[in-house]
Amino acid sequence: MSPPSPDAIGAHAPWSRRGFLLAGAAAGGGLLVGCGGAAPAARVGQGSDFAPSGDQVALNAWVKITPDDRVIVAVPRSEMGQGVHTGLAMLVADELDARWDQVQVEAAPIARVYSNTALLLNVSPFLPDDDGLLARLTRDSLQTAGYALALQVTGGSSSLRDAWEPMRLAGAAARHQLLQAAAWQWQVPVSELRVRDGLVHGPAGRAPLRFGALVQAAAQQAAPRELRLKPRAERRLIGQPVPRTDVPAKVNGQAVFGLDVRPEGLVYAAIAHCPVFGGQLKSLDPAPALALQGVLQAFALNAQSVVVVARNSWLAQQGLLRLAPVWDEGPNAQLQSSSISARLRQAFDQEDGTRFRHEGDAVQVLADAKTRIEAEYEVPFLAHSALEPVNCTAQVKDGRVTVWCGSQAPSLARMKAAEVAGVDSAQVTFEVPFLGGGFGRRLESDMVEEAVAIALRTGGAPVKLTWSREEDVQHDLYRPAAVSRFSATLDPQGLPRAWRHRVAAPSIGLDTVRRLMPRLALDSPDKNHIEGAFDLPYAIPHLEVRQLRVATPVPVGSWRSVGHSYNAFFTECFLDELAHAARQDPLAYRLAMLAAKPRHRAVLQAAAELGDWGQPAPAGRARGLALHESFGALCAQVAEVSLDAGRVRVHRVACALDCGTVVNPDSVDAQLQSAIVYGLSAALMGEITLKNGRVEQSNFPSYDALRMADMPVIRTRLMPSDAPPGGVGEPGTPPIAPAVANALFALTGQRLRRLPLRPQA
Amino acid sequence: MKLQINGQTRDCDVPPEMPLLWVLRDELGLTGTKFGCGIAACGACTVELNGVATRACVMPVGSVAGQAIRTIEGAPDRTVAALQAAWVQHQTPQCGYCQSGMILAAASLLRRSPQPSDADIDAAITNLCRCGTYQRIRAAIHTAAQALQGSRA
Repeated sequence: MSPPSPDAIGAHAPWSRRGFLLAGAAAGGGLLVGCGGAAPAARVGQGSDFAPSGDQVALNAWVKITPDDRVIVAVPRSEMGQGVHTGLAMLVADELDARWDQVQVEAAPIARVYSNTALLLNVSPFLPDDDGLLARLTRDSLQTAGYALALQVTGGSSSLRDAWEPMRLAGAAARHQLLQAAAWQWQVPVSELRVRDGLVHGPAGRAPLRFGALVQAAAQQAAPRELRLKPRAERRLIGQPVPRTDVPAKVNGQAVFGLDVRPEGLVYAAIAHCPVFGGQLKSLDPAPALALQGVLQAFALNAQSVVVVARNSWLAQQGLLRLAPVWDEGPNAQLQSSSISARLRQAFDQEDGTRFRHEGDAVQVLADAKTRIEAEYEVPFLAHSALEPVNCTAQVKDGRVTVWCGSQAPSLARMKAAEVAGVDSAQVTFEVPFLGGGFGRRLESDMVEEAVAIALRTGGAPVKLTWSREEDVQHDLYRPAAVSRFSATLDPQGLPRAWRHRVAAPSIGLDTVRRLMPRLALDSPDKNHIEGAFDLPYAIPHLEVRQLRVATPVPVGSWRSVGHSYNAFFTECFLDELAHAARQDPLAYRLAMLAAKPRHRAVLQAAAELGDWGQPAPAGRARGLALHESFGALCAQVAEVSLDAGRVRVHRVACALDCGTVVNPDSVDAQLQSAIVYGLSAALMGEITLKNGRVEQSNFPSYDALRMADMPVIRTRLMPSDAPPGGVGEPGTPPIAPAVANALFALTGQRLRRLPLRPQA
Repeated sequence: MKLQINGQTRDCDVPPEMPLLWVLRDELGLTGTKFGCGIAACGACTVELNGVATRACVMPVGSVAGQAIRTIEGAPDRTVAALQAAWVQHQTPQCGYCQSGMILAAASLLRRSPQPSDADIDAAITNLCRCGTYQRIRAAIHTAAQALQGSRA
């Protein structure tokens, strides 16, 4: 029996304006639409990409169906609480017209078809709304690079932006194959069939066919040549508050995080790193640890760390406590926070830096101005401190490596594991359990390199490396400290006529590349450093933004919202200063500069309305406002604060978000709450300081975060939009610090230009 | 030594000063109880000891031998079941790492204060959640309290 030809099916299909050509050449007038850095067919992939086990049948790289009607969706992004397993599976399920209760999520293997082609869009140095040829070519190239590098990475609020087209196409392609199989079975044209809630409905009087009954035949059907995706009105899951797939296992202890994996024969490792950045091990006497019953091994792992392996985690820690490694503290033994701060300030006198934005002639206008408003802002280093401490489990046996790690970057971590073990990447199996928080810390592979290096010495036994909380806080890749200087002058209406902004900070991009591919690490312009500062949405005729990249011995990395985390604080607070200098309402002031930005205006007005802007605040309280664009989304917040014996209390936060199409509104609400709490913890408490080359903080008492008693009431509003999805995980973080600082100014008249916010009594 | 965990007697041969947390996780394979800080500062390791929320990371196992220990894996009684249902209803967990401890801290609260006020919740739930799920935790505790009151009536 031969299936009807795809052409016969296609003849009945109601093609939309925007079809996706999946197979064959573009002959016959098919419309070829790119799909995030690769051809749509390459991104939908083959069934062989998503290896079926048991009685599963794979229809493409994203969908397997079982005879008992389960729909298994491959999700190649790490679940760290953001709801990505659910959100991405919804894309497939919606186009497939599956019932949500038949959908299961399976972590995808590492393969090019699962590349994140949206991740690198975050390093495009063009303004978000720049549709010029160069900007478009750059964005296309960055997407292609993500595919070429087969980046399987969860970060940069990019998962939905990347998956939006390929995963819906995968669902639509699978649906098409099921329809073809049903059409053949019933001998009727596809146009007489429809799919609803996991069933294919056919001619009157015939019982509907289950996916499970059709999937064997569906797999024999040719993939469609061309597909259309559902218009908004036909969507059944996308846009609905669908319950998350990972929640049930997270309320009964069954969810397996990286720290919970227990392969047969497991041994446990603890590690201590040189307390001073850049120091080295001079000597180690392993005997005191080895004397402890249950300790198996104690050794210097490399020049920066010592390790104890034992029969359980506690014994490993106890063994480590008995060691007294002698460290050569190296060149940074006298490094203090104050010296880093001074180094950042010196940069303003020593160099011009890199210009990232240039409109009009801000330097000349400021030189000629009668009055200038100037200010300096500063933020400290920050640790990520995810609740699950850094950890990784690894086994090296018979030339094969297995790694279990809650990684945000499994494709890169696998490459590092292979390097350390001296094997080909193909010899490395990499499992990604749940992540107990990521926040950017788990983009790094240091724990993987360490665990594999330890596993090379455990005689084939799997080893679980667990960092103590103290190691986690003191050996992070930190959010950079930064200093920012502004100079502005106002026009007769009080609006900014010229704005010059310079930011001095270590380069996250340089440090990140240095860790990943040291040979490619060059000190070059770094968009992440200045993001949120150079791409200011406000209309200012004379505008200059410069970046000063200042190296320090403190390693830096991506911390939820990356450069936006400090640049939003700088720009939105200084803008507030200008509004007050002009004696104008901060909302009206911003709106006056956003005449050409209707989406920005709308989100700002929505937050203002939700936050009772313009209404009198309760006695003893005041409100502040901030707006920030990041990761393809616009977020505005109103914070309502008071002071309680010198302590900042944030009572309410109103938050509006325009992230384009909302896939799961309940997850977006949760992510906004999360992003606000994460940013608020940093704004009120977060500070990593150095004394004699060491991080002074060590555990939650000295590096604490918001708790229940300090939790504000957060209300969110999502702007209706048909635009493709923007980011969600990070855009809620940048506005909270400036919203609170601006509220404190309204309350006290005190302008706090340094984080964390510590009002003077 | 003999431990009473989730209604079962478990034997383990470990030093009495070993913290209960690591006995549960590494020796008995009950990994639902989490390690977060090791100094009772975050509450990720919260279990119930005779119905009272207790931080297992600083609790020497020798001092709890024979006492009733409940971990998140235990068959839920009506209080824990009501909390778990409310947690699902409010879609409370994000990364989920703190949630075992949060649920057992909430269970302990409801056992002594069946209709807690917001201030009671603030005082009792001192556990740390880095994802910021506090607002939904608060709502879920109130929901569970109402459900338990309804089922009692």
